[in-house]
Amino acid sequence: MQTTSITEDRDAPVNTAQLRRAWRERILTWIMPITMLIIAFGLWEYLVWYHEIPKYLIPAPSLIAETLIKDGPSLMASSWFTIKLTFFSLGLAIIGGVLLGALFALSRPVELSLFPFAVILQVTPVVAIAPLILIYVDSTFAALLICAWIVAFFPILSNTVIGLRSADHNLSDLFTMYRVSPWQRLRYLLAPSALPYFMAALKVAGGLALIGAVVAEFVAGAAGQHTGLASRIIESSFRSEIPRMFAALVLVSLLGIVIFLLTSWASRKVLGHWHESEVRREH
Amino acid sequence: MNNDPIIRLTRVSKKFGQSMLAVDDISLEIGEGEFITFLGPSGCGKSTALKMIAGLLPVTAGTIEITPQTVVSEQDLGFVFQEPTLMPWATVFDNVYLPLRLAGLKRSDVEPRVNGILKDVGLTRFGGSYPRELSGGMKMRVSIARALVTRPRILLMDEPFAALDEMTRSKLNDDVVRLANENKLTVIFVTHSVFESVYLSTRIIIMAARPGRLVADMPMQRPWPPRDEWRTTPEFMAEARKVSETLKGTLNANDIDH
Repeated sequence: MQTTSITEDRDAPVNTAQLRRAWRERILTWIMPITMLIIAFGLWEYLVWYHEIPKYLIPAPSLIAETLIKDGPSLMASSWFTIKLTFFSLGLAIIGGVLLGALFALSRPVELSLFPFAVILQVTPVVAIAPLILIYVDSTFAALLICAWIVAFFPILSNTVIGLRSADHNLSDLFTMYRVSPWQRLRYLLAPSALPYFMAALKVAGGLALIGAVVAEFVAGAAGQHTGLASRIIESSFRSEIPRMFAALVLVSLLGIVIFLLTSWASRKVLGHWHESEVRREH
Repeated sequence: MNNDPIIRLTRVSKKFGQSMLAVDDISLEIGEGEFITFLGPSGCGKSTALKMIAGLLPVTAGTIEITPQTVVSEQDLGFVFQEPTLMPWATVFDNVYLPLRLAGLKRSDVEPRVNGILKDVGLTRFGGSYPRELSGGMKMRVSIARALVTRPRILLMDEPFAALDEMTRSKLNDDVVRLANENKLTVIFVTHSVFESVYLSTRIIIMAARPGRLVADMPMQRPWPPRDEWRTTPEFMAEARKVSETLKGTLNANDIDH
């Protein structure tokens, strides 16, 4: 009986403290960043107004917002182009990285013979290869896609290889004892073991695919047959339309944030119930 | 108990690399229904011997025979590792279901069987939990349930309770004895605890290190399965002392630091 009452006594204050902590956590994760952003934009608006900074140097946030609305339709079309480019290249990077990673993990000779090529692709700056690719590939979209793919592909490949090799040795022995087929081993042991590594790579590759898309568009800018956000930035810069430059920049940032949120959400969804990196600890 | 051996080791040796002799010339016969423990200091090759019996390690010399009608498929052999060795991404149910799933059995067909074994190890309410939500002892129970769900005839256990606290360990010892008795299992249990080996076994195989070899084969003269109270009797202490002294005799000067 005594034990029960002690537990109850202890439970009550712990719960209030927990609630308070949860509330504070919510404030920290949502209200703090939003407040800080509002303050920063407010300060920016004020400083531009107070010092009468001309709009071709630094436009005020209100003007950027106005441009976003005014040029909305054409900017949206450009955004759509960049979104397509980024997600296509990310998709191809996932498919290529995972398939090649699986091949590397299964066969040491294949890994040893192909890995140098993967490294060369990774360490050569995409800006340096892009002009060549633009010459060799007819379709500009395809050329841009290849550039963005090169950048996003490597983290997926290397993490998939590490992940597939990181299965617990005893579990692996157990699978051997049960005389499983290679497919069963992949499906029930290797793939789930590789998942945390893959999700980490996905977060990195998502950002890199966007960077690759933007850089490739910059390089291809002169061709002028496409209307991605990056070429809008260059075009606006040529015409000294600084507010539109900022507007396009805002859209690029927003796209980056959306990708980050999406990949983080996917990671939490997939690993949240078991992997240490995504499990919320109760205090 | 049937006296025909179902596992026979003949002059089995295991070398790692060029010079490391982990197991040196072990011959041993194990009869059906026996509860055997391999007892010895670390490095005496007891886990290596067990893994060779399980077919996880090839022998360097000698032969290991398991009577064919005893082991007709991988399902007839259960193995419990030193660590629980569970899949952290799968629920308790799915971890236990794994060997059956790998054998191609449908979940709906074996659900009662998996739930039955979970009940046997006292985890009825935890089928939907993930391993990280369980205590060390509970994880070990899941591991045992997984080894037993295929209804094996031979159960191999590699120091399964070494990392657990004393109370959990003796509770699980009782559970293993009960399950072995109920399912008429032949058990080979590796441990470095004298008390554990005396309590559990029908026969203790004492091994020495460097090189790993068999030094004593001690059948236990008492009724099996043991009762919990037996742990506190003078007979138990006398047996433990006898085993302990035999074990001490096998330690040479090199082993004292372990």
